[in-house]
Amino acid sequence: MGESASAFRRRVLVGAKSDMIEQPKSFSFTTENLARAQRIIAKYPEGRQASAVIPLLDIAQRQSGNWLPLAAMNYVAEMLEMPRIRVYEVASFYTMFNKEEVGKNFVQICTTTPCWLRGSDEIKKICRNKLGIGVNETTADGKFTVVEVECLGACVNAPMVQVNDDYYEDLTPENMSKLLDDLALGKKPSVGSQVGRRGSCAQNGPTSLKDRVKSNA
Amino acid sequence: MPKLTINGVELEVAGGTSVLQACEQIGVEVPRFCYHDRLSVPANCRMCLVEIEKTPKPVASCAMPCSDGMVVHTDSEMVHKARKSVMEMLLINHPLDCPICDQGGECDLQDQAMAYGFDRSRYAEMKRAVTDKELGPLVKTVMTRCIHCTRCVRFVDEIAGTPELGGLNRNEHMEIGTYVTQPLTSELSGNIIDICPVGALTNKPYAFEARPWELQKTETIDVMDAIGGNIRVDARGNEVMRVLPRLNEEINEEWINDKTRFACDGLKRQRLDQPYVRKGGKLQPASWSEAFSLIADKLRDIAPGRFAAIAGDLADCESMFALKSLLKLFGSSNIDCRQDGADYDISVRAGYIMNSSIAGIDQADAVLLIGTNPRHEGTSVNARIRKRWLRGGMRVGLIGAAVDLGYPHRYLGATPQTIQDLIDGKGEFAKILQNAKKPMVILGAGALARPDGAALQTSVCALAEKYNMIRDDWNGFNVLQRAASSVGGIDIGFVPQSNGLSTKGILQAAETGKLDVVYLLGADEIDMRQLGNAFVIYQGHHGDKGAHRADVILPGAAYTEKNAIYINTEGRPQMALQAVFPPGEAREDWKIIRALSAVVNKPLAFDTLMQLRALMVEAAPVLANMGHFVKADWKSFGKPGSLTTKPFHNVIANFYMTDPISRASPTMAKCVAEIVPLTMPEAAE
Repeated sequence: MGESASAFRRRVLVGAKSDMIEQPKSFSFTTENLARAQRIIAKYPEGRQASAVIPLLDIAQRQSGNWLPLAAMNYVAEMLEMPRIRVYEVASFYTMFNKEEVGKNFVQICTTTPCWLRGSDEIKKICRNKLGIGVNETTADGKFTVVEVECLGACVNAPMVQVNDDYYEDLTPENMSKLLDDLALGKKPSVGSQVGRRGSCAQNGPTSLKDRVKSNA
Repeated sequence: MPKLTINGVELEVAGGTSVLQACEQIGVEVPRFCYHDRLSVPANCRMCLVEIEKTPKPVASCAMPCSDGMVVHTDSEMVHKARKSVMEMLLINHPLDCPICDQGGECDLQDQAMAYGFDRSRYAEMKRAVTDKELGPLVKTVMTRCIHCTRCVRFVDEIAGTPELGGLNRNEHMEIGTYVTQPLTSELSGNIIDICPVGALTNKPYAFEARPWELQKTETIDVMDAIGGNIRVDARGNEVMRVLPRLNEEINEEWINDKTRFACDGLKRQRLDQPYVRKGGKLQPASWSEAFSLIADKLRDIAPGRFAAIAGDLADCESMFALKSLLKLFGSSNIDCRQDGADYDISVRAGYIMNSSIAGIDQADAVLLIGTNPRHEGTSVNARIRKRWLRGGMRVGLIGAAVDLGYPHRYLGATPQTIQDLIDGKGEFAKILQNAKKPMVILGAGALARPDGAALQTSVCALAEKYNMIRDDWNGFNVLQRAASSVGGIDIGFVPQSNGLSTKGILQAAETGKLDVVYLLGADEIDMRQLGNAFVIYQGHHGDKGAHRADVILPGAAYTEKNAIYINTEGRPQMALQAVFPPGEAREDWKIIRALSAVVNKPLAFDTLMQLRALMVEAAPVLANMGHFVKADWKSFGKPGSLTTKPFHNVIANFYMTDPISRASPTMAKCVAEIVPLTMPEAAE
């Protein structure tokens, strides 16, 4: 445990002490990512390359394993010919840029009111029991990091978690447990509702406009 | 030209004027934190809210342009209520630590809270606390006090040109900082202390030293470079506590560099506070009469050509004039105020001053820098060039050592050959100069000290004439002097007369035993070994190189301790006023020379400062235009010679230590240790 949740948030999400984290020495885009970056830069008029900073940081974060080392931010700053501090400002403003290394599966548990009413506390408890870590912690094997986030906009299928880029909805202690098992084994569980719900259809099946739904059921 | 009404007063303002500026024009005070005349307008503090009729909500006056028929109220109930609410919001997270805050007594937030603050807080939650940032040896941070006006961020970005500060994170977690711990590298960084409206950024060396109301304020002139920045010296008792900038639109606007601001603690160290004479190879404390009689012995039967004097970078006009007069009575004209050994043509005044004036940079549309790094040799000049560059439509070219000027520029070459190319019309920049309406060239005085300095001056003169820089309405030839004494010394004639020796000649003569007595008026930058066996009189205020070599030390006054005239690089005479008394036995410099003249039986023709100045103005009438820039008449000048192919080098390798005062300053020593390795790696080695 050790540090408090607020201290963690400051460190990982806010990244106030970036130079106290072990940082890779250098960073550069892979050939593939470089081409993507250049495509993005080309979308903006000459002299306005700085507009590309967010997509480029996103590419950099994906390339570095879901976090943004200082070297990557400096690399992007140089590529876009903008002062480094302007890149740091952007990267620190957006909490979806991780300023510290995170687990391979970055589990973001939504605990905003709808998810909380539908049992997000249970989901959190499962994570704690199965992974042995609390919120804002990373497992020793580096496979999981668990964080709490605010509403991710999937309230209809609450409770839900986001793991890396994917949403897993309609969670129960049982299917959450299985989800974590699958992720630990490196499997790719099916995304979306875990109870077989289609989209955000009502839980007991369609209740209105049924005649139209039949045709494509 | 929109017409509007403010508090019942009708006025017409220039297009683009903001409501806040219009209010200022008629003397209506509008409180503000984030707005600053010289910075961009973010309108984020919301303190300047005013009521404008037919708008549903209060309006931030700093960002609202005036338009025709606007009716503004700054004193209505709505305005007061709005400002009170803003103030309450600002104070939610602001600590109540005014009693231990260095900004106390000169704090915008404190002052405005007197007008708009509640006498108690309705906020019962915890206040937020923010980790302090390490910004280096000059700026102390107490970030919990920060109200996020972002003035400092905008200052380093826009004025200083070193974007290192930013607003990091968001909302409740927002912090001003550098993200990666590193000191601010700007040589203007101290100004963020002045513009910070609260106590978040304060003067680190001055921390907990004094309260503003205890200080005696003296408006005077800076001598750390040849710009003559206007400063205010704050003293308590006989101790200089700090140096602040003073507004002068024609020179430094409201900025000063870090050496000017922070080297003042050097005034308390290494001081010469009593005369010394060398006895048995060692300097021993002595009385004034002992020191004077020893000098009188040496000067009694001296041959005219065997007496010489060199003035240092910080010498004032009065003392140079007195010393020049003294040497004249001895029949010697071996005098020079250019201790760097420069020997260029000084027969035409326009040949050694900044003819465009510093304010003239605002009009220029092409600037060619030759052999200079204005960032370190004249920070205010560099800030002006940057300000002009920000407005757009100006090109800058640099011939000299490749340095970071803080704004984009074309690097044209490292050797004087490039000047010749430009005269021949070669290269892209020649076209830029050709097409420019008001082109200017700035020649560094450091470059003039090169062996081919005189030829350099001649060819730059030719360059200026070729590109039509010399006209009735514009003179684009500029010399950026480095030393506060240079222009003054040349103007009053502290330069070799008739067959007199220049600095180089004096040193050569001394080395070969052709001089008996050398008088150093604060000259520390010469090679002391070259003085050979000459009897050396050192008059100055710091125990620096000159004092170590001296046979007699006469303790003088530093610039904060005397009433004296300095002429800046524009040729503008300015008066420095005494803020404190010289320490111990030390005296004002002209008085020392006057007293000595009596002891050697050659009394000078003045007894008071007024008499001295009257004689001096007679000799150099330009001194009568106190505080004003006077145009110098143009005539081609220069000495024959040929340019060498030796590349220019950076004259000031270490910006933070250039004179005896800054060399004695512990704060400057910290800058050398922490900032120089980041910005001037070659100096750190």
